[in-house]
Amino acid sequence: MSPLPGYLLLSAFLFAIGLGGALMRRNAILVLIGVELMLNAANLNFIAFWRFGAHPEALTGILFVIFSIGVAAAEAAVGLALIIAIYRHYKTTNVDEMTALKG
Amino acid sequence: MTLSFAIIASVTVAAAVAAMGLRNIVHCALALTVALAGLAAAYLQLDAQFVGFAQILVYVGAVAILVVFAILLTRSGDPAHPSVLSPGWLAGAVIAVVVLGVLVYPIARSPSISRTLPPPAGATVHQIGDALMGRFVLPLEVTGLLLTVALIGAVIIAMREKEPIGTISNPGSEIANRKSQIANPP
Repeated sequence: MSPLPGYLLLSAFLFAIGLGGALMRRNAILVLIGVELMLNAANLNFIAFWRFGAHPEALTGILFVIFSIGVAAAEAAVGLALIIAIYRHYKTTNVDEMTALKG
Repeated sequence: MTLSFAIIASVTVAAAVAAMGLRNIVHCALALTVALAGLAAAYLQLDAQFVGFAQILVYVGAVAILVVFAILLTRSGDPAHPSVLSPGWLAGAVIAVVVLGVLVYPIARSPSISRTLPPPAGATVHQIGDALMGRFVLPLEVTGLLLTVALIGAVIIAMREKEPIGTISNPGSEIANRKSQIANPP
């Protein structure tokens, strides 16, 4: 077995763990950590397919990951700022207690 | 190659499970750091040195610190909840397992299993810089704009809001205001 499926399986496990954490935990910061794990799993897929792909000299996978890291950093900054702003209003970071807009 | 990959993969998955499963949220953030460092090691093993070190700089350096700061700023004094799981956790677990199955099944069945490792590609920093300044210059500029907007937006969102007029958040200044109003009627 060549290593490519190994990397893909590692990425799939990380994605599932992040998704499970984002859906199951009640703390909003941990939901954000789960989203970060899912983004990183996707990045690992890009790098693996770039390495084992047909045209590695095009650098497409590498550059996609670089831009993805930049976007993820922006997402983390804004997400954590939102969580801090919400904490000021509700004095909680639990997603099941933020029910002000619930119908 | 295989042994080092096995070590990196098991450490990364174990750290990710710990990051999502531990009770103490600070421990979760530290486990997340280990998982991200493991991913950086996987990038280095795949001959993507630049991305590996960028991952360490951005994620292990900046994002982890940001998460720890957010945790410490939102720590409340009241005792922890009896459960760390949200009410709909069972549905979330089922969805995660189904997604894992959907992802693993095609990987196990795909012909990529027989794909052999091509010779090292060698993505040097020189080549990456050439591509960033040539073919990918527009995405680079857009990313810079996005980061600027995110920086300003994060500061504005997290800034303490001004209290609306009439609330007595600072009784001393309120009394001083009233006194000046009485002294100088409009």
